[in-house]
Amino acid sequence: MKLAKSYFADQRKDDLKELGQGLQRADVPGHVTGKTTYFADRHFPGTLYLKMVRSPHHHARIRKVDLSEAEKHPGVHRILTHKDIPHNLYTILILIQVGPEDEHVLAEDKVRWKGEAIVAVLADSERAANEAAAKVKIDYEVLPAVLDIESALAPDAPIVNEHHGQNFYMYDSGPSRKVRFGDVEKGFAEADHILEQTYFSSPIEQAPMETTGCIVVPEGNDRFTCYTNTQAMFFTLDNTSIILQMPGHKLHMVGGTVGGGFGGKVDVTVEPIAILAAKMTGRPVSFVYSRYEEMQISSPRAAEKIVLKDGVMKDGRIVARQVWGYTDAGAYSRHSPYGAQKGAAHYPGPYTIPNVWVDTWCVYTNRTPSSAMRGFGVTIADFALEVQMDKLARLIGMDPLEFRFINAYRDGDMKAHRQETTGAALIECMQEASRVANWPVAEKYLKMSSYGEA
Amino acid sequence: MAKVPVQFTLNGEEKAEFVDAGATLIKVLRDKLGDTSPKGGCNQGTCGSCSVIIDGELRLSCLTLAETCNGADILTTGGLARDGVLHPLQRAFMDEFAAQCGFCTPGMIMAAKALLDSNPKPTREDVIDALSGNICRCTGYEPIIRAVLTAARSNSQNAA
Repeated sequence: MKLAKSYFADQRKDDLKELGQGLQRADVPGHVTGKTTYFADRHFPGTLYLKMVRSPHHHARIRKVDLSEAEKHPGVHRILTHKDIPHNLYTILILIQVGPEDEHVLAEDKVRWKGEAIVAVLADSERAANEAAAKVKIDYEVLPAVLDIESALAPDAPIVNEHHGQNFYMYDSGPSRKVRFGDVEKGFAEADHILEQTYFSSPIEQAPMETTGCIVVPEGNDRFTCYTNTQAMFFTLDNTSIILQMPGHKLHMVGGTVGGGFGGKVDVTVEPIAILAAKMTGRPVSFVYSRYEEMQISSPRAAEKIVLKDGVMKDGRIVARQVWGYTDAGAYSRHSPYGAQKGAAHYPGPYTIPNVWVDTWCVYTNRTPSSAMRGFGVTIADFALEVQMDKLARLIGMDPLEFRFINAYRDGDMKAHRQETTGAALIECMQEASRVANWPVAEKYLKMSSYGEA
Repeated sequence: MAKVPVQFTLNGEEKAEFVDAGATLIKVLRDKLGDTSPKGGCNQGTCGSCSVIIDGELRLSCLTLAETCNGADILTTGGLARDGVLHPLQRAFMDEFAAQCGFCTPGMIMAAKALLDSNPKPTREDVIDALSGNICRCTGYEPIIRAVLTAARSNSQNAA
């Protein structure tokens, strides 16, 4: 590893103990010897295996659930339905007052996405649980579904989630999160060129090597130890406490090494039902997603639609930027109202633009609920922004890197969401990128600094 | 359920168990014999996390029935270090930052060992080919490829 010491030389200390040093991971001796303990590296006698019966439809009313054949299957110990859940309606971010509760732990009268959990089968073996789950008979009335942002926002679209009342999240600021800075219409009127482009992205699965899961062991005193690979221990503890109406001290949550997460293990999906199952049966319970469930059921990065409209001068200055951002939450909120809001604060990217107008929406569709994944809310925004930057540079016949130098934010600049820029270092990063990528820029850009015009 | 007797050596130790007919080797290794180094990333033969070496050949323990392993010599990453001394591959994986979450690592090391046992001086292409059945989601593979090449070099130096 090498540090480019010429940048910020006056602020630099040379006695750094970590930066610039190659360090070995503390946990790697366990990894290479196979000794690292993941949640599933435990085996308890008498374990019951939980298999979820899931909706085969994107949107349907549940007319009837018939458990009679499944209950008779050899090895089946118990079958749980929504009637067994003390507080069946939840939403993760209710912990920080981001409601309403909009999702059932186990479906009651309706399913709103293909894969929604309805009935949990507990059996002595995985095989018996799978076979019995296939014998649960559910009578559905299939309903019309909306599967993308545009059809969800159409005036006559079927309502995806009645707890919201419309197919978008209602913020305290209204149907969208808004950023208003300067006068965007005035900026467009002054611009030499205007470019409006629409960008789409698909959902992206985190695909960790270790699938989502937990193992719960009753401690025999109405307290339960839950070995879990959650990335969000306190979301899990607090939501489980709400869903099961159990005080936190009854829930002994044990985390540890996670076999890859990337945001895919931030939702609360397996622990509440597994703990309830252990409570109702008095036996250890294992609920581990199959690879199919991990890919199809666990919440991916949201699909997004982003419309960017920019006004640019021939000399390279962007004078106005208008953004409409849409996040496809799927059928339930999970972390998407937050993700969409994060997007609003992120625009217009690391550029100083005098006139900015942003609206971001969190939209409900009959798709797998989306949620956290590596920078969700801003990663796809950056993809759209940087493609747009290349297109704008091409439009005015300017080098794309020089175009970014002209618009880069610097210390002291006021950002569109009224945070003053500090510690930007974007200019210096681009100077170094220009050098190592052998992408030369004019001398004047190499003399620039994040501290001012220089 | 009918039980089947099975006897094999695991990392040099004699093992004998009665297993369920149709039980997979990974389930027997993990749940009955306590060797949790093979990981079940997909349990359908696509990710390579459960890789073990059976009679010198790289095999997927999630697709191998335990009852077919009678008399076999089975090696896993859990038994690779000898008397606390790491195998050169384990050392190289540590030095080259070739493990992050660690879940694919035991399978990767088995795939790499199977390669080096049959081809002590592999090219970069040989390594890529040998690891092509093992998925890693963290590292981007380059550190793993470097680690295998490093281990091969240190092996040949030791032999010289």
